[in-house]
Amino acid sequence: MKALAAGRRHRLAPVVLMTLALLFTGVVYAALAPSPAQAETPSAGEVEAGEKLFIANCSTCHGMNAQGTDHGPSLIGVGAASVHFQVATGRMPMDANQPQAEAKPPQFDEAETQQLAAYVASLGAGPGIPSEEQVDPALGDAANGGLIFRTNCAMCHNAVGAGGALTNGKHAPPLYDSTPTELYEAMLTGPQSMPVFNDATLTPDDKRDIIAYLMEQREPSPGGFSLGALGPVSEGLWAFAIGMSVLIGFAVWIGARSS
Amino acid sequence: MSIEQPRGSHDLQQSESGEVEHPERFENPGLPPHRPRLGDEDPKANKRSEHQVVVLFVISIIATIAAIWGFFAFPVDGLQVGNVRMSTLVIGLGLGLGMLGIGVGAVHWAKTLMNDHEKVEERHPQRGDDATRAEAVDIMREGVEDSAIARRPLIKGALGTAVAIAPLSFLVPLIGNLGGDWDISKFRHTAWASAPGGGRRYLATDPTDRRIKASEVTRGSMVHVQPWRLEEEENFLEEKTKAVVILMRLDPKLLKEPEEKKDWSYDGIVAYSKVCTHVGCPVALYEQQTHHVLCPCHQSTFDITDQAKVIFGPAKRPLPQLPITVDEEGYLYAQSDFHEPVGPSFWERER
Repeated sequence: MKALAAGRRHRLAPVVLMTLALLFTGVVYAALAPSPAQAETPSAGEVEAGEKLFIANCSTCHGMNAQGTDHGPSLIGVGAASVHFQVATGRMPMDANQPQAEAKPPQFDEAETQQLAAYVASLGAGPGIPSEEQVDPALGDAANGGLIFRTNCAMCHNAVGAGGALTNGKHAPPLYDSTPTELYEAMLTGPQSMPVFNDATLTPDDKRDIIAYLMEQREPSPGGFSLGALGPVSEGLWAFAIGMSVLIGFAVWIGARSS
Repeated sequence: MSIEQPRGSHDLQQSESGEVEHPERFENPGLPPHRPRLGDEDPKANKRSEHQVVVLFVISIIATIAAIWGFFAFPVDGLQVGNVRMSTLVIGLGLGLGMLGIGVGAVHWAKTLMNDHEKVEERHPQRGDDATRAEAVDIMREGVEDSAIARRPLIKGALGTAVAIAPLSFLVPLIGNLGGDWDISKFRHTAWASAPGGGRRYLATDPTDRRIKASEVTRGSMVHVQPWRLEEEENFLEEKTKAVVILMRLDPKLLKEPEEKKDWSYDGIVAYSKVCTHVGCPVALYEQQTHHVLCPCHQSTFDITDQAKVIFGPAKRPLPQLPITVDEEGYLYAQSDFHEPVGPSFWERER
């Protein structure tokens, strides 16, 4: 202990400390980081753990065997992708009966989400969670993705994915914070009001192109402030509320008598 | 006196009934007394204002130099998005502050340092005196006589014609450019009528142009559709604009179909025009839980389960339905064209 205390002022002490800190961070990250999203063959233990979580957290609305009740739909055959999307984005479990299940901080960690997904997938075949490669934006063609996005998605989600309003309090959420996996799962499963874009009408390559396009929208805009990219609404608000106030302020100042 | 007497008593009666008494004419109150500013009496305040004006002009000088620096510091050649952003920002701020500094400085100078004594300028009558007016009329008459326009009909006719037709040089192109094509029968049919050569017109994904099998359109899904291989044809964009379609699959039990349109859908798959019947926006916000399609422009809402009838918004007519069916291999194709014109109303439409 004394040697350690004496050595703390050594010339190399910062270097040693830094190396140790880096090693520690690496080990902790490896232990806690989410495992790759592709759970090819979920183990029996995973399904069992998922069933326990399901009964404790989801069965009130979806039924003890996920067969559905008056308060929630059946989940048999919705697939792992749907469960992973709804739970990982915090939409499920839903916190109140409202027009739309809102995204919120997720209640389960990645491992528990995977277990839930594995359990529901074991009840009936459905779309699975996409692999890392399927959602890698680097492998997609952003230009083609933009073309597909503008025809298929932009009406609701806005041309750059800023989101927009639907009817009766529902809305299409902004896509700026969604992970590539969540984007892929949403297209594949059509959560809530969103229609399904299955692999036949929007191939996996098309989906990856769309993800590449959306990732590109997160880079800084060369045009300066985008004002939320909401178009005439935010721009008009800026021009009227702020631009006009400044002009009126100047007019009053010019006309006012100097003290 | 005899006139003012009754008026006075009239005024008196009015004031007795509680109304405000107005004088016939307001006195000119003249200018208010001149109040000196702080800087007029205190040389220190005067000096301070002078400094403020100088500082404002110096801000302008610095901003202009910054703008020029920004132009050289952030070259925008190449694809550096960050540079474009910074260059625009620095040059814009420099230009703005450069102008604002000069303007604010000048106004501040005028307000605080220049003389602020009130001055009155009397307005002069606008009418000239009679002699000037007579002289002007004479000059005009002399000019007319000198040109002898009455005795030179050829010149008169030529000038009249020149003046009359001169506006045509911009009126003709203006009216001509309104539309080279007045053939409104084009509104009544779309590319779905038949493929070139009279073949079947298949439904294909927009924009990837793959043919669609009925089995690929799953429940709850929606496909944006264009006529297959339309891109190879003439006026592709105009034809596509008219022919775009949305394809949805619903539970067949949900669909309310009149007897004559029973075979227009295929196993719960329905196809409707994507062009709003209000002003022609792409109606494509499909809520798969309520089966409503919403127009992004004016929120017209159509119920897909019930013949795409309008349930909200300014649209008047339901979306036209495209009759579809499948071929031997299961690919969807259009049985015929739409049975009514797509899109917004036009004069010659019956309803």
